Amino acid sequence: MFGYSLSRRTLMRGTALVAGGLVLPRLALADDALRGGRLVVAADSEPRSLNPAIVASNGVFFIASKIVEPLAEAAFGSESGLAPRLATSWEGAEDGLSVTFKLREGVTWHDGKPFTADDVAFSALNVWKPLQNLGRVVFANLETVDTPDAHTAVFRFSRPMPIQLIRNAMPVVTSVLPKHLYEGTDISANPANHAPVGTGPFRFAEHKPGEYYRLVRNESYWGGDQPKLDEVVYRVLPDRAAAASALEAEEIQLAAFSQVPLVDLDRISKVPGLKVVTEGYEALTYQLVVEINHRNPILAKLAVRQAIAHAIDKRFVVDTVFLGYAASSTGPVPKNAPEFYNPQVTAHDFDIDRANALLDEAGYPRGEGGKRFSLRLLPAPFFSETRQFGDYLRQALAAVGIDVQIVNNDTPAHLKAVYTDHAFDLTVGSPVFRGDPAISTTILVQSGIPDGVPFSNQGGYANAELDAIIEEASETVDPEARTALYNDFQTMVTEELPLINVAEWGFTSVVRDNVVNVGNNPRWVVSNWADTGLAR
Amino acid sequence: MRRRLIGSIPVLLIVVMGTFLLMEMAPGDAVDAYLVSLGGGDAGLAAQLRQSYGLDQSAFSRLLFYLGSLARFDLGWSLAFDRPILGLIAERLPNTLWLMGTATALAFMLGSALGVVAGARPGSLTDRLLSIGSLALYATPSFWLGLVLILIFAVDLRWFPTAGIETVASGKVGMARVFDVAWHLVLPVASLGFIYLALFLRMMRSGMAEVWRLDFVLAARARGISRLRLVLRHVARNALLPLVTMLGLQAATMLGGSVVVESVFAVPGFGRLAHEAVAARDAPLLTGIIVVSAVMVIAVNLLVDIAYGFLDPRVGRGEEVS
Repeated sequence: MFGYSLSRRTLMRGTALVAGGLVLPRLALADDALRGGRLVVAADSEPRSLNPAIVASNGVFFIASKIVEPLAEAAFGSESGLAPRLATSWEGAEDGLSVTFKLREGVTWHDGKPFTADDVAFSALNVWKPLQNLGRVVFANLETVDTPDAHTAVFRFSRPMPIQLIRNAMPVVTSVLPKHLYEGTDISANPANHAPVGTGPFRFAEHKPGEYYRLVRNESYWGGDQPKLDEVVYRVLPDRAAAASALEAEEIQLAAFSQVPLVDLDRISKVPGLKVVTEGYEALTYQLVVEINHRNPILAKLAVRQAIAHAIDKRFVVDTVFLGYAASSTGPVPKNAPEFYNPQVTAHDFDIDRANALLDEAGYPRGEGGKRFSLRLLPAPFFSETRQFGDYLRQALAAVGIDVQIVNNDTPAHLKAVYTDHAFDLTVGSPVFRGDPAISTTILVQSGIPDGVPFSNQGGYANAELDAIIEEASETVDPEARTALYNDFQTMVTEELPLINVAEWGFTSVVRDNVVNVGNNPRWVVSNWADTGLAR
Repeated sequence: MRRRLIGSIPVLLIVVMGTFLLMEMAPGDAVDAYLVSLGGGDAGLAAQLRQSYGLDQSAFSRLLFYLGSLARFDLGWSLAFDRPILGLIAERLPNTLWLMGTATALAFMLGSALGVVAGARPGSLTDRLLSIGSLALYATPSFWLGLVLILIFAVDLRWFPTAGIETVASGKVGMARVFDVAWHLVLPVASLGFIYLALFLRMMRSGMAEVWRLDFVLAARARGISRLRLVLRHVARNALLPLVTMLGLQAATMLGGSVVVESVFAVPGFGRLAHEAVAARDAPLLTGIIVVSAVMVIAVNLLVDIAYGFLDPRVGRGEEVS
């Protein structure tokens, strides 16, 4: 009839649910309540292409890393600092001439084709090595990639390749492309560069230029119940004030890469429902650096460079220019790269008297009006902080009798002036430390780099001893020996001051409270967001 | 009319060459701009890119090439967007035309209406209040007005969206979409239109103040015409002519104003595209934008000339005689 039997089993289940609901609300939240939903994110620009295998830049990764995956991603708290993605293990040969990757099985591309070692070999030899901005450096000595079976790739190098460098570079330089879509085409002009096909937790759905990008959940993602979200929408908001307004009006839920300017953070962190997150940028540390043109005979003198270093109050810069969202630098490797960071280096503390004395000794006494000499300063226009620091540096150097003329340029003009024409004495730069000094840090002081290479040593600095260290480290296979070489590198750079490291900073994110798993890996903002969800 | 059209060809040619020259003189090229977004690369990469962009050719041969394709109505390929320029412009132009069109209509209609109110009794309290208010508006930078409108009406009151041309990825179609776009355009149109409103208001007012002193107004008064009819049919209509001239001139200025407003409100329009083209040193794209803008300004001025004939019969006749 209409009655129902209350069995012991259903009764138990009922009680268990009640008890579970009381005791484990967080666990329940982490599972079911997180599924689904659309995350709307602010994007301040639209990259020219969305192919992270060709353009390994944060702007491209911000969107494309959800679609196209690397072999491994950076991770907090794992021994190697990595979490496996398309590779499950990696091992370097004793002689450093080969590295063997075991690849994940059962992975399919968004178009249904299986992912195999051929895709990795094709990407490495045809894309990373010849076309990618960073891969051209990291994989310069890559000769062949053997694929003994469908899920093993053996990279063979002509010179010893440090496994440490491979590990550190993997999250950035190893985005794998589908061979079946790229083979036999003009890779740089392939339509998939604008509508990428990958193996990641999200598929590319559409791009409405000037308005938004939309990514949708990949139902057949290899990562179990991931991704949590149904959709990620990137809303294009070019104005500096727009992201903050859109967050407050609840039109977007996340603004990353400091799109909410530092001056607004204090106010916005007090808005109910919004919070400021500083985690998730540890592996993309930006460095505030005074780059020096050593062709200027005055700046070629070490004492003058030391005097400039002593004239800068790093504490003031961190507190005033960065409003505390930065740390002062001790040298060319940032503190949050503990594998390499060497604190035992020459410090140039803020000391006006010492700076004055050094300049006097160097043969530049104060002349008329207290001036010693004049310098052209070109602050990079990339961040408001680089420009503000330029203003600070002008005043700081005026205090020790150095007259500074600020030359402001827009981005292309700045690049040409500094890196091609060398029409500067000092410039404020913002290079990025990408997990390993060999990727984009040693290039800042190494000699013999041709004109026109951006974010490299274009100041004419040449130090044979330093070059030798950099050269040796690039082929040292043993991680400990290699780290030791980079310790020497840091010591020498802080002694010789080919450039002056002032501060290092990560960006900030502002998010709605209901967005969970934000900033849970050192490259979170440019990682795949498979576990990010919306609590309801 | 045909003479006017033929006469505009050299104007366009000068515009194209001028733009090209200015972009050529600006330091840094499209590759420099692109390399910054890459965050670095080696020397070979820059050379490879310059070759694929055609930037290894001399400026003169690039200009010739550009003019050649322009003669075939081909606007070329955008370096910054890696897409055909014609498609880019076709995509963005409607948004700007909507924005500018409604802003111009708002400025012209509300401005001249308020101008009539002010000019009906020059020197009255209403006139003074309107004059001071319009001066204040005219002195306001449009980006500031935009930001303030966003703070009040989008963030605090939440009556309107903060930015964009329509709700992102909403899937709206038909009338729902039309209303959505209109709703999004309210704030940008207000911040662009209010500033030009002041201009029309002041022109109307001062024009009317002048007409009031003319003899025919006295005659009309003597004939016992009602005040309302006098204001609208006799004084305001005669003061309208300079406003129409201004309308043509303002079309060009407003195109400049839309650069700012489109950036503040994230409207994917023509002005923002121009801004992005300069930042990326995308000479073909910027030239394309300026050519299309020049064509538009020429077209608007032709329309204004035609409108003259309707408003003032003397104009049309004068041209026939000469």
